[in-house]
Amino acid sequence: MENKDIQDLLDLASELRWEVGENFHDTLVEGIYADAAHIAQKTEIKIGEPNPYNFERKLDQVLTSKKYGFPIMILILSIILWLTIQGANYPSGLLASFFLEFLHPILKTGASQVGLPWWLDGFLIDGVYLALGWVISVMLPPMAIFFPMFTLLEDFGYLPRVAFNLDSLFKKSGAHGKQALTMSMGWGCNAAGVVATRIIDSPRERLIAIITNNFSLCNGRWPTQILIATIFIGALVPDSFSTILASIAVINIALLGIGFTFLSSWMLSKTLLKGEVSTFALELPPYRPPNLWTTLYTSLIDRTLIVLWRAMVFAAPAGAIIWLISNIYVDNLSLANITIDWMDGFGLFFGLNGVILLAYVVAIPANEIVIPTILMLTVAHLNLMGAGDGVMFELESTTETAALLHAGGWTLLTGINLMLFSLLHNPCSTTIYTIYQETKSWKWTAFASIMPVILGFLVTFLVTQIWQLFH
Amino acid sequence: MTELESCDSCALNNSAQLLKLGINVENADYVIALAGNPNTGKSTVFNALTGLKQHTGNWPGKTVTRAEGGYRFKDHKMKLIDLPGTYSLLSTSQDEEIARNFILFGKPDVTIIIVDAARIERNLNLVLQILEITDRAVLCLNLMDEALRHHIDIDERTLGKELGIPVVKCSAIKKQGISELISTVHQVAMRQIICKPYRIKGLSKPAQKMVDKLDKKIRKNYPGLPNSRWIAMRLLDADADIIKALKNGDFINH
Repeated sequence: MENKDIQDLLDLASELRWEVGENFHDTLVEGIYADAAHIAQKTEIKIGEPNPYNFERKLDQVLTSKKYGFPIMILILSIILWLTIQGANYPSGLLASFFLEFLHPILKTGASQVGLPWWLDGFLIDGVYLALGWVISVMLPPMAIFFPMFTLLEDFGYLPRVAFNLDSLFKKSGAHGKQALTMSMGWGCNAAGVVATRIIDSPRERLIAIITNNFSLCNGRWPTQILIATIFIGALVPDSFSTILASIAVINIALLGIGFTFLSSWMLSKTLLKGEVSTFALELPPYRPPNLWTTLYTSLIDRTLIVLWRAMVFAAPAGAIIWLISNIYVDNLSLANITIDWMDGFGLFFGLNGVILLAYVVAIPANEIVIPTILMLTVAHLNLMGAGDGVMFELESTTETAALLHAGGWTLLTGINLMLFSLLHNPCSTTIYTIYQETKSWKWTAFASIMPVILGFLVTFLVTQIWQLFH
Repeated sequence: MTELESCDSCALNNSAQLLKLGINVENADYVIALAGNPNTGKSTVFNALTGLKQHTGNWPGKTVTRAEGGYRFKDHKMKLIDLPGTYSLLSTSQDEEIARNFILFGKPDVTIIIVDAARIERNLNLVLQILEITDRAVLCLNLMDEALRHHIDIDERTLGKELGIPVVKCSAIKKQGISELISTVHQVAMRQIICKPYRIKGLSKPAQKMVDKLDKKIRKNYPGLPNSRWIAMRLLDADADIIKALKNGDFINH
């Protein structure tokens, strides 16, 4: 009965559809537009001068021009990075001396007075606590400077202009122009960038955007880049120029990431993910003066503290593992030392070292803790960290971090390759999980995780070979 | 906007009775949907009402899935759904489907349509489509401050009469007009305000005749369906989703 009625209805509909012809959709859309125009005309009141968007148009002409678009983009990014590097050094040193120099000995003394067994004291204070202290001092200051500035740009409406500038390049690589937006999102967080690919309708282009999102330097990796660039590249020139040179180095890594995004998108669209490029309309939103205090507040709460919290959650167990592998001995050698020595040969082949490789294994859960892990492993490897004895950390500034790394046998090549490897390696566990959630395919998740590592080893290997030709 | 500002600072204001509930949305009395074009400030309105910190940003397409939150006003618990921003409900992209299906099948008690006051003509295209689907809506003319800065004002009374739904001027980022929005939404939810939504008139005569014919048939089969005319238009447009929904009986339990 019901079914018959519905069938009748559908029959009538298809009958009428024949009568009304193919262009009903157009008629409908035209009708809606005409009505909307009519109502708008009745209700819109223009006050005074028409043509109120003159300034915005001029601004768009400059920001998205063929000639100035890219240079302005690079300039803005440079200024943000320069301010971050310049501003983060001092507070980082303060935090480090508070957590590692001031509070650490107090905790150690407290622990021995309470009578904690040495292993528990070491596990908790030398492992978990130190890792947390490292993460906060290394990450909090650059994030607290970088994120608000990035959020101000985003709220102002600049990022869609970046997308506009990059759009044609994406089309040429056989990818969807909206990938420029998801790529920019990835500069904040790759997991967020992967989720944002939902704005791309075609599954083929969406997969390309998901797989290549990892080449956008994320929150967790900006501090790594900034620190290593400051230590190894900034140090090449006199102090007054070092910040500028370090910023330029980081920008080059970010641009290289964009380059790899295009390259791998192009290769994917020529091989595994062949297909047509779909067209779309990109709306440039109006420029809006950002609400300064709201932006500062939300970027501090939404981004800085959430990212810091996530880093701390992952850093705590990583610290525990670092302490354990540094304090479990086999034949008079700690597990950490055995692994580092074992990986060293392999690492040096790629201009890296055993510490870095082990750090990337320990830090798979989150990119944020790579640098703290490297520092802790270097300390452990050089036997600066005793089993339960009070350890002094005197890393008041990047200069002393540099001294520590140099003592661990690091060279300029190690620094450069670490920056490259930090750009080109597997996504963090959250991103890998998100990729699976979005694609529901183990195959593509595995591909997206392994492809960047292979690329990373390839690039660092080539850089090392070329380096050795000249040295 | 000065008059709104002075209202918002008054202790007897509606805002005084607003209790932001964050994500606590169980056992809500009314379900409110937030719809609108991309980048019109839906998430900002959402945050202003719920006290949540859903990430906002000057990007079209910020909200990819729907976000939920709640608030309490005058002893009623409201559940608020932030839908993805769309330009239309006619094509089949994923966000349009999410937005359309929620308004159509989720049957929210009130749909707040957020409109960019400086770009009203383009925004109205979506408004007219939503009004064909639901007869309980409030128009929120957001970004009023920006519109005025660009020398554009809106005659909200005429607009309200034309569309047959209440219109509230807002500037959500400055928290202006939010209290009036809350009380208007409440009145529509309580049926104290009955909407007479606009019907699309611009169709050609023959097309109009077909729509009427099919609409009559649908109303015979489904008496009391508020959006029979819209379903008729979708059927004439051969909308596969709507045909499937009819076959599944999704329109029966209204």
